[in-house]
Amino acid sequence: MTVAVTWPTWLTPELRTGILQCFISGLAALFVMFLARKQAPGLLREIPWAELRGLMQIVLVGLILAWLLHGPRWTSTLVLAAMVVAAASIIRQRAHKFPRTFTLALAGIGAGAGSILCLMAVTGVIPVKIAILIPVGSMVIANTMNTQALFLDRLHSEVTAHKGEIESALSLGASAQTALTPYRAAAFRASLIPALNNLRSLGIVWIPGIMAGMVLSGASPIYAALYQFVVIAVIFAAAALTCLVTSRLVLRRLFSPYDQLMLQR
Amino acid sequence: MNSTSPRLECIEVSRNTPPPESRAILQNINFSVTTGEILAVTGPSGAGKSTLLRLLNRLEEPTSGNIRLDGEDTRALPPAELRRRIGLVMQHPYLFPGTVAGNIAFGPGQQGVHLAAKAMQSMLEEVGLPGFASRDAATLSGGEAQRVSILRTLANQPELLLLDEPTSALDAANRQSVEDLILRLIRERGLTCIWVTHSPDQARLADRVLHLESGKVVAFGTPEEVLS
Repeated sequence: MTVAVTWPTWLTPELRTGILQCFISGLAALFVMFLARKQAPGLLREIPWAELRGLMQIVLVGLILAWLLHGPRWTSTLVLAAMVVAAASIIRQRAHKFPRTFTLALAGIGAGAGSILCLMAVTGVIPVKIAILIPVGSMVIANTMNTQALFLDRLHSEVTAHKGEIESALSLGASAQTALTPYRAAAFRASLIPALNNLRSLGIVWIPGIMAGMVLSGASPIYAALYQFVVIAVIFAAAALTCLVTSRLVLRRLFSPYDQLMLQR
Repeated sequence: MNSTSPRLECIEVSRNTPPPESRAILQNINFSVTTGEILAVTGPSGAGKSTLLRLLNRLEEPTSGNIRLDGEDTRALPPAELRRRIGLVMQHPYLFPGTVAGNIAFGPGQQGVHLAAKAMQSMLEEVGLPGFASRDAATLSGGEAQRVSILRTLANQPELLLLDEPTSALDAANRQSVEDLILRLIRERGLTCIWVTHSPDQARLADRVLHLESGKVVAFGTPEEVLS
């Protein structure tokens, strides 16, 4: 005897498949972190919440996007601005060892992602359409956020490890800027490695979603490839500019007006 | 400047840890040093000796009180100028990556002064390191690195030298030779010097001794008065 399951009408077969796929992939991430629990103690506990939070956020964005597609174009600016604020808030939690991190992150991501996106929109590289601006903009903002988080994390490690050298340079009459330069450069270089790798490995190691999506929706594969390069190059430019702005602004969060190193461990 | 007038004065200087802890590290420190004088600062670990030097070099800010160099409040001086005039040799050499010459030329370079190769050579000979200019600083022994560190500070031609236990991390043989070198350089150059040390033998070489305990001055006088 078979029991017929009756699903609610809104839970379409496509949606059910999606939920099952999310469950399996989420479980895979959790299982890997369980295996690595000794290497990264404490991280295992963070994963379920991070997964649930990420899933809820992306579903919410999907709903908003579905609603926005029928709205005026200016709403995309609001959504992107909200994403920048959210990204800055995440950085504040991650890079809490720097004073006033929220404004630092907001200025860095706003200047980096914001200005590059504006430039691309004005020059017509990114069409000013909600269906394109929001997904591309979100990719740019998310990547700049990751790059900035890496930069701040690495910079903190560099400064902590080289406190003696930095204070030696200061005690010899160097400015805070000069004393920090080698360590800021190391952090800058390290934080851009993922974005640079994306650029280098494009098409060889990975074919990102935008190209796949464009090809599936009937665009010419060559144009899809060119546009994918545009997106990756824009992401790199925004990430690098974010790091550049952050590296300038971080100086006065690490040093007092009298060039004294103030470092929270 | 009269040789008996104070070169450096510490007036009611206190330093607390940052809030919310606000624990006193140094409390109401008063002393002065005159030109050419060697002042030894002694005391147990955690007495505040290194913090005192960091305040004098303005790597940290006093919570209260003031520090005067030749009668002028050090807060009125640009930090870079103050730090050039009051040189600091740290306990660990902390040499920069690169050559020995690059390390020594660092301080003068901040003021736009270029050290000629001949001057560099004679400075290295002065500290017993002839031919070391192009050596990688990372390959030096502890004693050699500390000599370079001392020379790096002296290359700035400071008027006052702060020494934060510069021989404490060295073995006995190196400790003696670096100590002899420091004393020779101080005397030859007529430097005013504040020398933090754990060693009573080193403190006996000073003109006066300031003894700190729990952030307070508990004795200040000649080595005979304080160390007895």
